[in-house]
Amino acid sequence: MLLRHLGNYVILLKKIFSWPEKPSVYYKQTVRELENLGVNSIGIIAIISVFMGGVITIQTAYNIENPLLPTYLIGLAARDSILLEFSSTIVALILAGKVGSSIASELGTMSVTEQIDALEIMGINSAGYLILPKIIALMIFAPFLTIMSMIIGIFGGWAAGTFAGVVTTTNYIQGIQFAFIPYYITYSLIKSVIFAFIITTVSAYHGYYTNGGALEVGRSSTRAVVHSSVVILLFNLLLTQLLLS
Amino acid sequence: MIEVRNLNKSFNNTQVLKNISALFERGKANLIIGRSGSGKTVLLKSIIGLHDVDSGDILFEGQCFNIMGLKERNIIRRKFGMLFQGAALFDSLTINENVRFNLDMFTTMSVLEKQKRVDHCLDMVDLENVTHLYPSELSGGMKKRAGIARAVVMHPSYLFCDEPNSGLDPKTANIIDNLIKRITLELNITTVINTHDMNSVIEIGDKVFFIHEGQKWWEGSKEEILSSGNLELDDFVYATELVRKLKEQRD
Repeated sequence: MLLRHLGNYVILLKKIFSWPEKPSVYYKQTVRELENLGVNSIGIIAIISVFMGGVITIQTAYNIENPLLPTYLIGLAARDSILLEFSSTIVALILAGKVGSSIASELGTMSVTEQIDALEIMGINSAGYLILPKIIALMIFAPFLTIMSMIIGIFGGWAAGTFAGVVTTTNYIQGIQFAFIPYYITYSLIKSVIFAFIITTVSAYHGYYTNGGALEVGRSSTRAVVHSSVVILLFNLLLTQLLLS
Repeated sequence: MIEVRNLNKSFNNTQVLKNISALFERGKANLIIGRSGSGKTVLLKSIIGLHDVDSGDILFEGQCFNIMGLKERNIIRRKFGMLFQGAALFDSLTINENVRFNLDMFTTMSVLEKQKRVDHCLDMVDLENVTHLYPSELSGGMKKRAGIARAVVMHPSYLFCDEPNSGLDPKTANIIDNLIKRITLELNITTVINTHDMNSVIEIGDKVFFIHEGQKWWEGSKEEILSSGNLELDDFVYATELVRKLKEQRD
């Protein structure tokens, strides 16, 4: 079963990455997808980032009650949590829910209403035309979302920390500047690009091969989110070992 | 002209098409009729390459379509026009964009030339006033007409229609039938229509193929169909009370 899915996934990837019929049309589609998948995700990412940053800061503060530990460690822990894990992996999981289900349901509906067949009959590589722009768009936009999430998350941490009175502005800023490793940002951006590829391709796979009716579209959408999330977590482990060891 | 020779197709060990041979002629409306589940949609989808056949040949002007690679197939497919059962218009595009889609994809025409061609096609199907609307804003009949406009925009050599009248009232169904017939004659194309609507058969059926249990059971014209003497065909043709009474009156 798993091997069959893997085989079909590889076949779909081969179809997606064949040479486009008319690159200019693909370019226009990519711009459209940048808005659909990327720009339209800014709001949700911003809201989640600010609250997660705040929660990480407060939780860290309440777990560092030893008077020997300096309070700037709260800022440091919040920064590292956000940079290393939250802004890439958690944001990717959120995107798998929002973007992944959207891709799977869009393609699933197109499949069950014969719109994909219509493209094939026109002599168009339907997989390439429909999926490649989504992959490119999210792979381009995901690093921006990650950087935005880092900034907003750290800001949210400061706002919640100072509002709750668990850390002062000076200590928090000292913490986020202390022992800063710029490579953490590179590591996070590499992960975000790979996760973007996983989200778009896994979700597109489930949507593209949907058969039946509305019920199957819903099922494909759910499967897309679940499978994308599992693959993201698996690759998170592999990439962490590869990039940080 | 399209020729199919000894076509066989199975799904999960169930043979759906059994040794079907047929010749679909140019300038004629070729109708594939049969009861639901008889295999007519599978036959149509096999002809256009949406299903790979188990054995047999599908020839477009003598060129064997089913053994071609994807690249060669796509070249032939660019001569296809297809009207799907639910029209299969792209939801995210307006009617104008739907009809223009193929021109954007495959031609180097200027924007003005493309719009002229789109306007001509939409005018042909009487949809010149709804170009700015999205498919979800149209009625079933309008969607079908927009589907026809999209199918003919590239001057196809072959027009395929899957249940063009399903879900339409008799008057609108008649309009669609006559539109398909007019396009077939005007453009001198090979039209293959998949239907179980006897009105369509009587209205436009230049050549009729009756599929029964996956086999070509009968072949003839609309004039011959009412007196075929074929038991299964008569059972299909005279299934409704209205047609039975008409037959009794005629007899």
